[in-house]
Amino acid sequence: MSTVEAAGTRGGVGPILSVRDLHVSYETREGPVPAVRGISFDLGPGETLGIAGESGCGKSSMAAAVLRLLPPEAVVSGEVRLDGEDVFAMTPGRLRAVRWTEAAIIFQGAMHALNPVWKVKHQIGEAIELHDPKVAGKTRTRVDELLEQVGLPARRAEAYPHQLSGGQRQRVMIAMALACRPRLLIADEPTTALDVMVQAQVLALLAELQTDLGLAMVFITHDLSVLTSCCRELAIMYAGRIVERGPSHQVFVDPRHPYTRALAAAFPTVGDPRFRKAPLGLPGDPPDPRARPGGCPFTPRCPDAQSECSAEEPNLRVAGPGREAACVLVGRTR
Amino acid sequence: MNPPPSPLLELHDVHVSFTAGKHARSGAPIARAVDGVDLSVDRGEIVALVGESGCGKTTLARAILGLEQPGRGQIRFDGEALPTSSKGLRAYRRRAQMVFQDPTGALNPRQTIYESVAEGLRIHKIDGDEEELVAGALSRSGLRPPEQFFLRYPHEISGGQRQRVVIAGAMALEPALLVADEPVASLDASVRGEILRLMLGLVEQTNIAMLVVTHDLGLAWNIADRVAVMYLGRIVEVGPTEQVLDTPKHPYTEALLSVVPETKRMEQQILQGEPPDPTRVPAGCRFHPRCPALANGEAARLGIAARCESEDPQPISVGPNHAAACHRNTASPAEPPGTAHGT
Repeated sequence: MSTVEAAGTRGGVGPILSVRDLHVSYETREGPVPAVRGISFDLGPGETLGIAGESGCGKSSMAAAVLRLLPPEAVVSGEVRLDGEDVFAMTPGRLRAVRWTEAAIIFQGAMHALNPVWKVKHQIGEAIELHDPKVAGKTRTRVDELLEQVGLPARRAEAYPHQLSGGQRQRVMIAMALACRPRLLIADEPTTALDVMVQAQVLALLAELQTDLGLAMVFITHDLSVLTSCCRELAIMYAGRIVERGPSHQVFVDPRHPYTRALAAAFPTVGDPRFRKAPLGLPGDPPDPRARPGGCPFTPRCPDAQSECSAEEPNLRVAGPGREAACVLVGRTR
Repeated sequence: MNPPPSPLLELHDVHVSFTAGKHARSGAPIARAVDGVDLSVDRGEIVALVGESGCGKTTLARAILGLEQPGRGQIRFDGEALPTSSKGLRAYRRRAQMVFQDPTGALNPRQTIYESVAEGLRIHKIDGDEEELVAGALSRSGLRPPEQFFLRYPHEISGGQRQRVVIAGAMALEPALLVADEPVASLDASVRGEILRLMLGLVEQTNIAMLVVTHDLGLAWNIADRVAVMYLGRIVEVGPTEQVLDTPKHPYTEALLSVVPETKRMEQQILQGEPPDPTRVPAGCRFHPRCPALANGEAARLGIAARCESEDPQPISVGPNHAAACHRNTASPAEPPGTAHGT
C-alpha cells in the first residue's frame, strides 16, 4: 500500500483497488454531514488492509462508497478505481457485474443479509447463475464446492437460514461472496456478532481463503486486536480521515498517533501486568460529525495536545519506514 | 481472629432447566441451562463469569436475581435463602441490581435522564431528597455536573454516557450486589476502559459485590478478582484471575485463552463445531467431544481417556482457591487421586 500516483492498468500489475481523495457526506435537514473526509490508498492483488476505527469514524461509509452501495442522500466525490476502471463512471449494468465478479462485500449481521424463505443452495446459486452463465447447469456442483471451501458440509445446501447457527450463516455469506471468484473481498465487521470461538473459526477461514485464492482483502472493524492477526497493513480512522497507517503489528505495538495509542491500550493483553486491574480508556466521546471541532479533531480528547493543534488539521506525514501518522508530534521527541 | 463472615452471595448445586417450547409433551427435550453450579461472590469483590453464548451464564445471572427459579440447589444472599414471595423479592431486588449490555434498550427513550434514575428510588420508596439522590448518583457515575444531564433524553447523550446513566440508576438504590451482563460489549473501544474504571472505583468506594457476565477475557484481566469459567451449564474452572488466566488448569480455559487475539504466547486451539446443545449434555466429561487434550492424545498418554468419556469430573483444588473439573488434574502421579478432593 502506498500513496504514489495511481497507475493501475487493467489486468496489469497495478493496484486492484485504488482510492483517491474520497469524500462522503450525507444530506440532512440541518445541512450536509461529512462522514469521510479525504481518504486515499492503494491495494495490490493479494494484499490485506485492515481499517480500524470507532462508530461514526466513517469506515463503513468508505466501504460502501467503494462499491457505490450508499443511499441516495449520500454525496460522494473523489475517485475509486477497481482494477483500473473508474467505479463512479460505470453504468448500472457494469456495476452489477463488477460487484460480484471483481469485488464482493460481506457485512456484519449475516442473519439479516440472507433471505429467510430461500434455501442456502438457491441463495448461492442465484449469484452464480446471474453472473457466471458458463456454469449454468452445473450450479449445484459449484454450490457444493463453495460450501466445502468455507467448511460446511454439502448437505447444508438444503437448509434454510434459520436452521443454521450464526457462524454457519456467516460462512454461507462468505461462500456467496466467493461465488463469482472476485479478486477483492471487503469484509465489514464480519465477526462482530459472533462468539469468541466462532469468531476465531471465521477469522482462520478468511485467512486461509485469502492465501489460497490470492484475494485482496479490506477488513473493517472496531476491534484493532482482530486486525493485527489477519492483516498485513493497518489504517486507523478518526473523524472521517486516516490518522495513522503502517505494517499492522508495528502500528499496534508501537503507535505513533495518540489516538492509535489510546485505541491499542483499550485492548488489554491478558497476562500483562500493566493491564491488571488497570483498564485504560480515553476520556470524552468520539466526535459528533455535525459539530466537529476545528483543527485536529482529536484535540479535545488528546492527552498530548499542544496549543497549535486546534489551529490546523495535520495531514499524514512520514513516521518511520512504511509508516505515516497525522499528528504534529510525529518526528519530535516527546 | 473471628471466623470470616459468609460470602454475600453463595450458590450451591444450582440447577435451572427449561422444556423446549410452550407445547412440550412429556419426553420433550429438557435444556439443562444451569447444571449444578457452585459459586460465591464476596463483598468488595469482582467475579467474572466467562463462557461462550449458550453456556448458561445469562440464565445463571437471572437465577441470582430471582428471575428464574432453580429446580434444584440453593442461592443464599447475605446468609439467607432468596425470598420467593413477591414482597420479599421486591426488597431483594433493591439490594441486587442488574446492568445489561445495551444501555439504549435499558433506558426509556421518552424519559429524561432524571426520571430514569428517579424511577427506581420511587418504586422502592427511598427516603431522602430525591433531587439530591439523583444528583449524587449521576455524579458518582462520572456525569458531572449532574444538573446538566437532568433534562436530557437518552438520544442526546453518547453510548458511554447512557451506560453511566444505567449504572447510576442501579447504584442510586445502594445495592449490595451488582450483576452486569456484558456491560461494555456494545460500547466503543476507547469508551470501554472508562466504564470499567468506573466499575472498579464503585467497588472500592462502596464495597459492593459485582458479578460480571462476559465472554471477554481481557475485561476479566482488567477488573476481576476472580474468574469463573462456565461450559455447558457448569463452572469448569474457578480461581483468582492471575492463576486462572496465567496457569489455566482446564483445557477449555486454555482454548478460550488461545483465541484471544492479543495473546500470542500460545498456539491457537480453535475448537471446532458450534457451542454445544444444553438439551444433549454429553456423558462423562461434558467437554470431552471438543476437548483438545483428548483429541491430541494427551488424555490417552495420561491414562484417563476412558474416564473422560464415562465419568463426570468433579472440581478439585489445583492451587490456593483455584479449582478445576478435569481428570487431567488427578492423573499426575505426584498427586494421587483422593488427596486433593474438595474445592
